Amino acid sequence: MVADDLRFVIKSCVGEDNVIEMTPNKSNNYCCGGGGGFLQSGFTDARRQYGKTKFNQIMETGADYVVTGCHNCHAQVHDIGHHFGAHYNTVHIWTLICLSLGILGPNERAYLGDDLRDVDVFHPETALY
Amino acid sequence: MSESTIKIKGKKESTFLDKAKGIVPEGGNLNLCLTCGACASGCPATGLEDMDPRKFLRMVCMGLDEQAVKSPWVWMCTMCQRCIYVCPMKIDIPQLVFNARAEWPREERPSGIMKSCDMALRNDSNSAMGTAPDDFVFVVEDVLAEYQESQPEFKDMQAPVDKEGAFFFLNQNSREPVTEPDEMVPLWKILHLAGVDWTYGSKGWAAENYCLFLADNQCWERVTRVSANQADELGCKVFLNTE
Repeated sequence: MVADDLRFVIKSCVGEDNVIEMTPNKSNNYCCGGGGGFLQSGFTDARRQYGKTKFNQIMETGADYVVTGCHNCHAQVHDIGHHFGAHYNTVHIWTLICLSLGILGPNERAYLGDDLRDVDVFHPETALY
Repeated sequence: MSESTIKIKGKKESTFLDKAKGIVPEGGNLNLCLTCGACASGCPATGLEDMDPRKFLRMVCMGLDEQAVKSPWVWMCTMCQRCIYVCPMKIDIPQLVFNARAEWPREERPSGIMKSCDMALRNDSNSAMGTAPDDFVFVVEDVLAEYQESQPEFKDMQAPVDKEGAFFFLNQNSREPVTEPDEMVPLWKILHLAGVDWTYGSKGWAAENYCLFLADNQCWERVTRVSANQADELGCKVFLNTE
């Protein structure tokens, strides 16, 4: 099952103890509200109200990082975090994989928080910012 | 949950329901609702526009086509399918929502979704941002050359476009090449280190499909076929959708 495969990858990157599941999860999880065209529909208030369910779920975990599966989810989870005043970071799985392999350059870290931005930087001399 | 009571004024034939049943696979089990509310209780869209999945389905079953189909709520359900997952009768409410969207005159559908669809129809990229194939190829080649040089451990890394016979055909959300090209690189690195045989297509490279969300069947099929045809022309074995 692909959900378990992805959990295996994330646990391998950050360590089993650092992975916190949301409740409910997998097929029983709540949609973040970015999909189905909602992000482009113009119904911004409704989209954020929808996203509050996911936001509450994220806050319950107390996690510092949320891994999202696609661009729609990334944009929505990032937006509701900002909108509702949380401080979690929203990342793609490729960022975690490359960080854990020590091959994540300084310009590939747009979504890492301050705690990880300077950790194990690959070719730090190429930093543009 | 709804605060107002639905009043039924006499008998009315549900033309929308009959139509939907003809389109939805297996009829979508649309007549089998036990009214248990499992769908509504776990739906993040419950309460928006004074609507929820159970109410929507009941209204359609009772022939209140106009009120149900025309509710802006059909654009607020993301069709995530959790309601099917928890439904004891496996009723396909999301498909009903999709078909309700398709009932709207095209020009009355949310303009942001419509414009993103129209952008994708402008050229063979399929990009909701209207980016042309040449621009995509230029960005990929430019970013790749920059990283091959600045990170010599990856001097042999490739980001192929239109590579004949590649095993995987990979697509890419437009936002990366257009607004944050450095975000493409970590994925390339992983594919390189894993020895994966992959390619982008100059045609159909964009992963997003707003024509699908617009419920514009003709256009979303067209967009999808551009990608599928390109993967076929190149002889790729597996289509990898990253969106």
